[in-house]
Amino acid sequence: MLEYTLKRIAYTIPIGLAVSLVCFMLVHISPGDPIDSIVPPDTPTEVIEQIRAEYGLDRPLPVQYGLWLSRALQGDFGESISKGRPIGPDLWVATKNSLMLAAFGATLGFVIGCVLGGAAGAFRDSWIDKLCLGIALFGVSVPHYWLGMVLVIIFSVQLNLLPSMGMGPTGPWAWDWDHLRFLVLPAVTLSLIPAGLVTRTVRGLVSDIMGQDYITTLRGKGLRTSGIVLHVIKNAAPTTLAVMGLQLASLLGGSILVEAVFAWPGTGMLLNNAIFQRDLPVLQATTLVLAFFFVFLNLIVDLAQTALDPRMRRT
Amino acid sequence: MKMFLGLTLASTLAFSPFHALASTLRIAMTTTDVPTTGGIPDNGSEGGRFAGYPIYDALVNWDFTDTSGPAGLTPGLATSWSIDPDDERRWIFNLREDVLFHDGTSMTADDIIWNLDRHLNENAPHYDRVQAPTYRTYTGQIASYEKIDDFTVAIVTHEPFSMLDYLISRVFIVSPTRFEEIGDWVQFQSSPSGTGPFIVEKVTPRTSIELVRNENYWDETRIPKVEKLVLMPIPDSNTRTAALRSGQVDWIEVPAPDSIPSLVGAGFNIVTKPYPHVWSWSMNTTDESPLNDVQVRRALNYAIDRDAIVELLNNTAIPAIGIYPPDNPYFGSPEHIYSYDPERATEMLSEAGYGPDNPLRLVVNLPTAGSGNMVPLAMSELVQLYLAEIGVVVDYEVAEWGVVLRNMRTAAGTAGEPHRDAINHGQPFGDPTNLFRSHASSQFPPVGGNWGLHEHSEIDRYLNELITIFDPQEQIEVMAKAHQAIVDQAPRLFVVHDLNPRALSPKIMGFDQAQSWYQDFTQVWIEE
Repeated sequence: MLEYTLKRIAYTIPIGLAVSLVCFMLVHISPGDPIDSIVPPDTPTEVIEQIRAEYGLDRPLPVQYGLWLSRALQGDFGESISKGRPIGPDLWVATKNSLMLAAFGATLGFVIGCVLGGAAGAFRDSWIDKLCLGIALFGVSVPHYWLGMVLVIIFSVQLNLLPSMGMGPTGPWAWDWDHLRFLVLPAVTLSLIPAGLVTRTVRGLVSDIMGQDYITTLRGKGLRTSGIVLHVIKNAAPTTLAVMGLQLASLLGGSILVEAVFAWPGTGMLLNNAIFQRDLPVLQATTLVLAFFFVFLNLIVDLAQTALDPRMRRT
Repeated sequence: MKMFLGLTLASTLAFSPFHALASTLRIAMTTTDVPTTGGIPDNGSEGGRFAGYPIYDALVNWDFTDTSGPAGLTPGLATSWSIDPDDERRWIFNLREDVLFHDGTSMTADDIIWNLDRHLNENAPHYDRVQAPTYRTYTGQIASYEKIDDFTVAIVTHEPFSMLDYLISRVFIVSPTRFEEIGDWVQFQSSPSGTGPFIVEKVTPRTSIELVRNENYWDETRIPKVEKLVLMPIPDSNTRTAALRSGQVDWIEVPAPDSIPSLVGAGFNIVTKPYPHVWSWSMNTTDESPLNDVQVRRALNYAIDRDAIVELLNNTAIPAIGIYPPDNPYFGSPEHIYSYDPERATEMLSEAGYGPDNPLRLVVNLPTAGSGNMVPLAMSELVQLYLAEIGVVVDYEVAEWGVVLRNMRTAAGTAGEPHRDAINHGQPFGDPTNLFRSHASSQFPPVGGNWGLHEHSEIDRYLNELITIFDPQEQIEVMAKAHQAIVDQAPRLFVVHDLNPRALSPKIMGFDQAQSWYQDFTQVWIEE
């Protein structure tokens, strides 16, 4: 297991480098200029050139990449072009905020998905199955930013029960209802996609496992339903975990639209703003951190799967 | 019953934090982040509106007291200013003597010089390397400056430039003492110190700026009526509208035009006022474009039904037949008053050689959004339809605002650039120097903003005269002459003037919108 773990960790190094190169290049081949968004429209070109030089944007791309990577590895992501302040602290706060939202969204989605998927798999082809699959289909098909707006209209505008945006009263975050209620609508919105995916995965797994010979054997031996369920869970867990781990990673970075709808100050908003302002250093740093989260979660999922099911180590 | 109690409890809890903030005014801005708060606000005019004038003063401020006409200038930290009779380039500013910075120190001439050094003296230890260059548009005319005595400073321009007072109105004065305590401009933004009517209490990047009333503000008529002002960046217009309707904010900037009827229905107040702004096409007048023919440019101006575009915008705009609207003293008396007259437009086009057999084809660069650009896509589709009616085929080249800004800095017809006949954008003209920077032939890019390389002797004569005239009444007369020539020469397709819509909770009292990009928040109060 130790050897496998080390090997998996070693794999992440070239993946990480490739990711960083792609992040860097993507940002640089897109049109537009970061300096344009910080100066008034009729600023003379010579002034713009002077500012470009200040930021090192006039140097050859490989040099810019090398400098950027060596600094990023030391934890220095540079300064935001649009704000002039260091990126690190902003990115740290945004990542924490997004992690919190993604964790709630993913957990909610996971629980809903397991319940619906388990029920659908256990009662295959019944009306329960159809209902659960219907909900799952809705979850993966409906644009979640649209659902977010609908939830806001119902629960914030019409019923005035929950706040429509932001992260709560100013001041530091606290685990009380005054703050938590700001999480409800975005987390529910965000949970929809993983709920749908997990439902479908769990349903497939459960109905497959329920049809296996060893389940029949277990039944024949007189094992109670609760005992059988334990066996089903154990066998369905590795695949479900894999799906869920990747979902958590994609929620972390893929919630740009949901964060925009709810003005949630996470990485999605940070990326969104950076894109609009052509703030290349922020864009690069955020994409890089998110990509590393993806790689990291992938690693954790792999290791967890292997721990749960030793057969995986051979594949 | 239990569920009912639960719901009641939940809704009580849900309401409580919002209603405890009686004297707090909460405003949703359209910016993606909080504007920089260290005295050189970014985010263009919106930055100046929220992180400029509430926190700081300039030597010259904008006058918000008379809202019946476009806002003019008023004494700020300078009580008066005049031109040195011996040197037209030298401006003398007499400073106010009773002004305290938020940190308690007194403002004197040394502080003004120190602030100008921040912008212009690259050898000064506190020269703001990152932000100062972004304000060169406002400070670029300044050649030198000096302290005359403790409450008098002189500023010298490179050439005689009669509108320095407009430019200097964006140079905000910050406290040197606070900067010395903090030591760098990035940290300074978290607890800045100015002289303005509001004091920065807390800046949370990407979330809010919290300001409190400055009880010691030098202008007693402008000591804020609210205790606290909270500014939140909410770039999405639907999110802003929802925040207003759910009571999380009291005031939103630029509601989406299609949300206005429902906001009005729900009892919110929509405030609109004209201000110097025009949404137009800047046309390529070089030989490479059919728009180098003035007949063609006028024909386009006669072809569009501006009232229909205003209707599309739910009356958050008024038709534009010039850079300034006809009731503005700068409008003048042009020969061409562009009404919706497709027949005349078709006739003019055919005189210029275009018709069904030889249709006029135009490539127009268009931003997807951006400060002052209103709702560019929907508006442009309507413009395209009207032009199609007179046989003009418009191809839009849609791009992100940053890209369009870059295109505007590269003169039309420059080698290597794709061909464009026009660039669409919204532009402010509250500062009359904008007219000079956008239309004088000395202001071709990269120096200025005359993208379409339009050159006309009469326009040049008046604009060049304008910057050397110091008498305000004479300035108005020459501005009007320059403007009427611009209308007749039509280097732009004039479409609409934005009315700067904002939606306010019915509890908001005392707000009289100024005809300006900037607004006064000191007179606003909240009625419970």
